[in-house]
Amino acid sequence: MTRVTELPDAEHLLSGNRACAGCGIGTGLRAITKALDGRMVLVNPASCLTVLGGMYPISSLDVPWVNVAFPSTAASAAGVRAGLRALGRDGEMTVLAMAGDGGTADIGIQALSGAAERNDDFIYVCYDNEAYMNTGTQRSGSTPAGARTTTTMAGKRENPKDVPAIMEAHGVPYVASTSAAFPTDVYDKVVRAREMSGLRYIHMNTPCPSGWSFDPKDSISIGKLAVDAGVVVLYEIVDGVFRLTGRSKSLAKAGLQVPVAEYVAGQGRFKTLGEAELAGVQRWVEERWSAYVARDAAGQR
Amino acid sequence: MSVRVMTGNDAAATAVKLARTQVIAAYPITPQSPVVESLSTWVESGELPAEFVAVESEHSALSVCIGASTVGARAFTATSANGLAYMTEQVWWAAGARLPIVMCVANRAMAAPWSVLNDQQDSMSVRDAGWVQLYCRDNQEILDTTVQAFHIAEELNAPVMVCYDGFLLSHTMMPVDVPDAGTVDGFLPPRTAPLQIVDTADPRNVGPVTLADPRPDADGVLQPGYMEFRAMHHAALLEALDAVPAADRAWAGITGRSSGGLLSEYLLDDADTVLVAAGSLVTQLTLVADGLRAEGVRAGVLGIRCYRPFPAEALRDRLAGRSLAVVFDKALSYGYQGPICEDLKAALYDGGDSPAVHGVVCGLGGRDVTPVQLASAVREARADLEAGMRDRAPHWIGLVEGSMR
Repeated sequence: MTRVTELPDAEHLLSGNRACAGCGIGTGLRAITKALDGRMVLVNPASCLTVLGGMYPISSLDVPWVNVAFPSTAASAAGVRAGLRALGRDGEMTVLAMAGDGGTADIGIQALSGAAERNDDFIYVCYDNEAYMNTGTQRSGSTPAGARTTTTMAGKRENPKDVPAIMEAHGVPYVASTSAAFPTDVYDKVVRAREMSGLRYIHMNTPCPSGWSFDPKDSISIGKLAVDAGVVVLYEIVDGVFRLTGRSKSLAKAGLQVPVAEYVAGQGRFKTLGEAELAGVQRWVEERWSAYVARDAAGQR
Repeated sequence: MSVRVMTGNDAAATAVKLARTQVIAAYPITPQSPVVESLSTWVESGELPAEFVAVESEHSALSVCIGASTVGARAFTATSANGLAYMTEQVWWAAGARLPIVMCVANRAMAAPWSVLNDQQDSMSVRDAGWVQLYCRDNQEILDTTVQAFHIAEELNAPVMVCYDGFLLSHTMMPVDVPDAGTVDGFLPPRTAPLQIVDTADPRNVGPVTLADPRPDADGVLQPGYMEFRAMHHAALLEALDAVPAADRAWAGITGRSSGGLLSEYLLDDADTVLVAAGSLVTQLTLVADGLRAEGVRAGVLGIRCYRPFPAEALRDRLAGRSLAVVFDKALSYGYQGPICEDLKAALYDGGDSPAVHGVVCGLGGRDVTPVQLASAVREARADLEAGMRDRAPHWIGLVEGSMR
């Protein structure tokens, strides 16, 4: 596993960008661009990332960036790849599609499913801040149960879609779950994906101070708490073989360190979460966690 | 060159192959499907060295073309009716991003209720999106226009839609003169992609959020706001008023065949009553004009080949001094009138010697339109004008009133 001190020095995400203070996207994207050494084209739909990019004619990223329509991310990325191949420029750069959870789990899932079924050759990163944050915190298919959003004022009732599982079911060569609170985990996974071909899917949890309602200085610690509580699990599935990575790998031996209650306590979005609902979320987390640990153990044999 | 008997869809696919298209993406929809069936077969066999992306929807079909065209590839898709409606967001995107994509639309009626048959409501409904729209009279024009479309698109950095009537042309066999590859290569060199901007050595942010007002870049140079971009796009579309006839002339110079540029004409010079339409109806109207001439009516035909940009000046010029224009629309702006009719009226507004314009709606959902009905509609329009009507609500051809409950 790469250490923070071993990350490449070159920065491709520039300072002064328009991300909110404490936004997990910036931390994650910084690690991603380092892993691709700037040899990439970013394909990005309407989302918080668009805002981070800045407004014409100022841009905050020194790699090529193609903005695309909201539902079209994966199809547009497939087109960029097809165009580069048709022009004999295939080896010049990695095509990196990057969309939010709404752009992935909801409006973008049809194009993503099509691209996954065709095993189109690009990396797709879903940065998951667990709601439509760019438009003002409306619920998405990736919003966790109990979270208050502007369209679930009493707390969302449903559990989030498991998009990595949906992608795994498509049989793509690489599926990973990571967190921007662990930039080296992000980095290592993008490096591994970079060396593969076909559709590689990385789901990256990105804490959101404004949407989750916490102090921006706590962004990394809340992201880490999510992993310690088992709400977010770091893993990768390479050609169908599952393994836990990083902090989650350690937790498989040590056991989950904190209850969900501790993770939700620091976030205003969960203030309407009752005890019974919290117990339900805790059970959901434990069931998933047990399944992950079992799969990890099975992968070792 | 060799003359081959082929359908309109075959003619379109053959043109796309001759144009050495590099990326093709499409989703099946009747009556367009045979275009992409042919193309996928040729890509698979190696006859056409291109990328074929078999997408899961029309929205993704145009998205793939947008991605491929952005990096500099020559890209093509084809669709019809609800497929075009489903990709409408991307129809606007392709135009606003100034991408020289070519799309064939085998014109079909919009649902609901379902109809797989022909009218022109689909492409007419996206006339404002910023594409050049060309309508074909026959299968030869489909081949010729599709090759020219790439030329025009890449000259203007604007997408071009080649529209032809579903089934009437798409599935009807006609002799088509197929130029050899060398002829087309001479007319259509590889895309030079001057706006190719995806380069890691010179990174750009393509299509980001743009403010209402112009804004200086990092070097202090003022760059366009949203409205300036739109004005530049509009100017490019207006340039097509020259580029479309120029491409037609250049093509005629090589092949000896002209599709008329912006407009096609038949017996127009001395015509007093002018029949106006777009697509295969224009061919049919030449028979009607012949028949009316035999009755002593000085009838002529003016076909709209280029509907966007709308050739207002050319129409004013060719219609000046006539007494009546009868416009046959296979589409309707519901609650108003046919789109060609309303555009023509606007173009002629306040012209001192402009003809009266009478609209006719016909052929919706594949309803057969016969020369007898068309001639009768012209006689009615002439009678209305003689009765003093310079304007009137559109007449419908062939409606069976008794079936409407």
